[in-house]
Amino acid sequence: MARRDVGDHVAWWRDPDLRPMILACLTLSAAVGVFGFSFGVGSVAAGSSVAQTCALSLFVFTGASQFSAVSVIGAGGSLGSALGGALLLAARNGVYGLAMSRRLDGSLGRRLLAAQLTIDETTAMSVAQTDRRHGQIAFWFTGVTLYLFWNAGTLIGALTGSAIDPETFGLDAAFPAGFVAMVWPLLSDRRARLAAALGALICLVSVSFTPVGVPILLSALAVLVGLQRPVDGAVVAR
Amino acid sequence: MTWTLVIVLAIGAYVFKVTGLVFLGGRSLPPILERCLALIPAAVISALVVKDTLTAGQDVVIDARAAGIAVAAFAAWRRWPLIVVIVLGAVVTALVRRIG
Repeated sequence: MARRDVGDHVAWWRDPDLRPMILACLTLSAAVGVFGFSFGVGSVAAGSSVAQTCALSLFVFTGASQFSAVSVIGAGGSLGSALGGALLLAARNGVYGLAMSRRLDGSLGRRLLAAQLTIDETTAMSVAQTDRRHGQIAFWFTGVTLYLFWNAGTLIGALTGSAIDPETFGLDAAFPAGFVAMVWPLLSDRRARLAAALGALICLVSVSFTPVGVPILLSALAVLVGLQRPVDGAVVAR
Repeated sequence: MTWTLVIVLAIGAYVFKVTGLVFLGGRSLPPILERCLALIPAAVISALVVKDTLTAGQDVVIDARAAGIAVAAFAAWRRWPLIVVIVLGAVVTALVRRIG
């Protein structure tokens, strides 16, 4: 699906300008494969079947939402709260879509396919390119590569998870460890740090008197710190 | 986990993506909404860290996971690779659990 008809004399994968992107993407893919693996293990440990676990990665294809849904269900939360938390996290892909729509060419069919690949990593890789054509190649290359690694990792993880006892290997900590790795780069500006601290606090305070999963929904109230205008023209966290 | 959740989540996640990319394409959101939406991951993911580390059902507990996640947070702060963060979190949790 990566574009081969780039209308250039040089094949895109030989283009020296794109080499850093390809290298970064392959590094990222390895990490995403490991992440997919820990999702697979954790999902099966939380009571999903191998087929359900793989279906989530194939069709939802947005890591944080998948982790969140499985984590809430595994803890005994209701379908509604699991879905609510996961969809809140999926909403940001809509914002990425807005950004990507100006950068991607192609037919409606191609855009419908691109939509499934519109996630943190593909958007970040694409907008990092200064050239429009490079931006599109980066989007598709990252999207297709990550899709393959994420799903292969999930499948292997799900099969492994069904064969071992996750608690013996501390694999129940793989979810929160993954979340920590996910959230850390977001904390580069003051406002995001405030939202993160408030979200964590809301969850901790509300956990004892609300049904399982609801604290995750309530934590989203912390985004209201965004109502205030940035004081020093700080960039909005992505 | 139920298939209902898998299917509804798959549709819901795709609807967000396709709305931004195909249907609203090129428009921009009011800045205030954009700022709030951008903060969702920070707020919700840190709540998930708390939930998966410090709670069991409706109880707040401190067990082996807290040690594992503390080490994972250190690794994330040092910008160690993702795989190291996850493996450290799991290994430390397993070790503390075995000793404890």
